[in-house]
Amino acid sequence: MLTEPEFVLIARELKARSGAVITRDMSGAAEIKLQPLARREGFAGVSEMIGAARIRPDGRLWAQIADHLVAVETRFFRDKDQFAKLRDTIIPETLARRGHERIRIWSAACSTGQEPYSIAMLVEGLRQERSIAAEIIATDISERLIEKARSGLYTQFEVQRGLPIRALIGHFEKAGDLWRISDRLRAAVRFEPHNLMKHPGQLGQFDIIMLAHTLAHFDSETRRDVITRVADALAPGGVLLLGAGESLPEGVNGLACRDGVVTRADAARVAAA
Amino acid sequence: MRRCLVVDDSRVIRKVARRILEDMRFEIEEAGDGLEALQACRRQMPDAILLDWTMPVMSGIDFLKQLRQEPGGDKPIVVFCTTENDVERITEALKAGADEYMMKPFDSDILTSKFAEAGLA
Repeated sequence: MLTEPEFVLIARELKARSGAVITRDMSGAAEIKLQPLARREGFAGVSEMIGAARIRPDGRLWAQIADHLVAVETRFFRDKDQFAKLRDTIIPETLARRGHERIRIWSAACSTGQEPYSIAMLVEGLRQERSIAAEIIATDISERLIEKARSGLYTQFEVQRGLPIRALIGHFEKAGDLWRISDRLRAAVRFEPHNLMKHPGQLGQFDIIMLAHTLAHFDSETRRDVITRVADALAPGGVLLLGAGESLPEGVNGLACRDGVVTRADAARVAAA
Repeated sequence: MRRCLVVDDSRVIRKVARRILEDMRFEIEEAGDGLEALQACRRQMPDAILLDWTMPVMSGIDFLKQLRQEPGGDKPIVVFCTTENDVERITEALKAGADEYMMKPFDSDILTSKFAEAGLA
């Protein structure tokens, strides 16, 4: 069991590095998440590892600890209603607005890649009906999760959560005990590390951004900052999709949200007029 | 209440599936092989069938092929639940009329997710 000073330390480091907050009731779960890292790094336990992180000057161990504490809960086509909006309304309207230009989509906290690969599958499905040029960028703070996402390899448990069987056999092949997503879909997504605490300027502007089930990991002030920064990357007329049941944090200016679909407030006024 | 027929030669699997499906508000009937399942369907067609592949007397795939020929046998939504996990077997099951396919081992999250994919949310 983590001691109070140990919990305070890891909560402080996690907040400083990723913006995410953990509460005391998550202390036991945090310790379980950190046990494999402690074993791999040769410590007798999590407490010994935290003690070592305190005295090592380079911060590398703290970075690894924070990396193992970030949330990884995800699944293919999580929030089916949001994906239906993407397929039926948002992508067609974006294509109509952009003409023949390539549309850019950002999966802003992609974890192990299920969300951006779901987008890639959806875009490929739409290509049966019309020509679409789409660039999908997927980012996460964790290099470890990005590496797994890039590999395109998923366990049998992972591919059975949210993925219809026809999509599995259409887009994956067996690789030993794992399932590997097709080279075509892997090539359709570009993975890059990105910390949502930093401005996404270097990623460019996007027609569609997905930021699902991420804001809940931050405190209220950080939520406002994160969504404001992420929305800065919206191209004119762009759309930001939150998770099902999520809405804008209180106190955010210049954005409007309806059923988890966020647009710039001025664009929302024009649409309503 | 919707009815689900759980077809598996393992009593343990039937018990686990029953518990999850009852939480999803299904009324459950059980069968230990394909022939028992066919007889149950002839008595009353269920709304859904959770179906193992390898069983004594009659396999799941042979049961499914026969079921789809029976009067009203096109109605039940069939979800395979098996250790068979190669693409050829999955394709064979879909061609025979399976609606969804899940691979053992499974948990309540996967079973719920697969039933949702099959339109049984």
